[in-house]
Amino acid sequence: MEEQYQVLPGPEAFLPPAAASQGIVLPDPGQAHIEGRLVDEEEAYEYAARKLLGGKVPTIFPGPLVLWKWNEKAAKKASAIRRLANALPARLIPMADYRPKYPKIDPAVEINPNHPNLTIWHNKIDVCIFVGVHCHQANLALKIIRGGTDCYTIAMCAQAGHEDACLSFRDISPETIDKLAATVERLKKEGVESQAIPFEQFVMSREGVVKGDV
Amino acid sequence: MNKKVDGQNSRILLSEKVKVGSKGPVNLTVADPNEMFFEAKRKPAFLTGSEVIKEAIRRANLDMSVAYPITPQSEAAALIGELFSEGYLKEYFRGESEFAVMGQCAGAAFGGARVFTTTAGPGTLRAMENFPMWAGSRLPIQVCVTCRGINSPLSIQPDTLELYYMLETGALVWHAETAQDLYDWILGGFMVAEQPDVHLPLALACDGFFVTHTKDNVMIQEDEICLPEYDPYRSPVPCMDMEVPPIRMMRDPFVMKSNYISYMTHASWQQEVRAAIDRSRKHTKVIMGGSLIETENLDREILLVSSGTAVSQGREAIRLLEEEGIKVGLVKIKSLRPFPFEELREATANAKTIFVPEFNVAGWLAREIKACIPDNQRVIAGPHVAGGMTMPSEVIVMEIKKGLGMKVEALSGRG
Repeated sequence: MEEQYQVLPGPEAFLPPAAASQGIVLPDPGQAHIEGRLVDEEEAYEYAARKLLGGKVPTIFPGPLVLWKWNEKAAKKASAIRRLANALPARLIPMADYRPKYPKIDPAVEINPNHPNLTIWHNKIDVCIFVGVHCHQANLALKIIRGGTDCYTIAMCAQAGHEDACLSFRDISPETIDKLAATVERLKKEGVESQAIPFEQFVMSREGVVKGDV
Repeated sequence: MNKKVDGQNSRILLSEKVKVGSKGPVNLTVADPNEMFFEAKRKPAFLTGSEVIKEAIRRANLDMSVAYPITPQSEAAALIGELFSEGYLKEYFRGESEFAVMGQCAGAAFGGARVFTTTAGPGTLRAMENFPMWAGSRLPIQVCVTCRGINSPLSIQPDTLELYYMLETGALVWHAETAQDLYDWILGGFMVAEQPDVHLPLALACDGFFVTHTKDNVMIQEDEICLPEYDPYRSPVPCMDMEVPPIRMMRDPFVMKSNYISYMTHASWQQEVRAAIDRSRKHTKVIMGGSLIETENLDREILLVSSGTAVSQGREAIRLLEEEGIKVGLVKIKSLRPFPFEELREATANAKTIFVPEFNVAGWLAREIKACIPDNQRVIAGPHVAGGMTMPSEVIVMEIKKGLGMKVEALSGRG
């Protein structure tokens, strides 16, 4: 009997396998997955909220689909992400684009799908959320993170979800992002304290960082 | 090893932008594919495979097709041209070569179009560089591969060797046995290939002449309904503009940098394409009747396992053997990528001998099967024919009798 593969934080391997090739199946509508196990999405909200509150450096990586106002829904999602970040609290580090950057990225203020481990290592991020990242690029980054870091990854996907994340929602919307924020707020009221190390969120303009010690 | 995924109770998932009942090309009405495939009224038609391609494309809400002549797909490509003249496609033209055709298809797909083309044999090989590029760029283009021999020496006749080359391109690869498979899978193929978690090209193969040029009874939908249009905004990658962020991947590829992480990113990219093939399983099963394989009488000790029209020849061979009291079961492999590993292990669990008839000299399907089942000495790679030879059912009968240690007369005097 072959043991069922689990999608757990790494460091996993020199070149970890794609979780799909290990038999992990994406959730159907109304479901999520936790470490490869298909669950009702209600269970995943609670689990994700506890993971995020338990992290020392919880971080949200918003991608191009929510960083730019492609449409009104994108703007609403961006606002909901801001509310979630405030509720935790969590750092926001953008994945503004996908092209490899050389000679190097600034890992304090950006993450890149081709070498996302640099940002995880630099900031000592132990739990993160991918949101608004195109699915292919998200899977690429999630797998590399699993390969070389011990970060717990959560995907909030607007499409079918990500089996390369340790936990993945699917079909997310501004309402579902708010629902995760509401779950965080409820747990805090119930006495679950955020373990996040105090931080100051940097602010960037087109000219670069305008606020924050980075 | 894939985990078996339930496809029986699932449905084809649609973009939220789909408006069922809206107007499609000409006078067609956009249908929910779940109703179109499984509930809509069908009518009988007596068509060649080429005509079946035309009828499927008529209902596919296709944006564009590019044609280039090569036997045996030329007729299908020309018939799609007729559809263009009737207004069913937005664009249709002849490319300069198969290589150009596949590049032009890529350009259209990058721009958000639903694209279909056809090729065969040497054309498939001439175009080959494009297929991994399609897959790596996550373009859900559908190419119908009407299999024929590969030069040299020149052959225009049926032969499935080209499919061996297609298996690791990163594309989905399905192998139709009949014109009905071809019709249903062209339409269903777009719905699978365009799922955001899949979003890969589909090489839908059929055996040249045996399927393309032979008339068969096919049940087709009334020509009043069509598929919903493609929604490129569900793509897992942004449009790969060569110059502009957020991607610019073609201009600044990570392979230009020589370090561990650049190479690992490329490896991860390739893994992700293959992961997408695995993800297609649950969507594919919905349109293939619940499984990537079809089976008959798996309790028997002798099994025929094959794909394409070799399955049809196997069915007749099984009937002939039955008359002599030799009982043989059948496994039809419908999808080659994703390959039905777990399904095959289960289906062949009781078999003592497994014969794999194939229309190619390499016996690649037998190798695939040997690689995934335990005790693979059970697999007998044959019979083989190639170069356009037919595979009379009697040849399969003879191979099975020989395998059972029975004395048989050679059929070499034929022709």
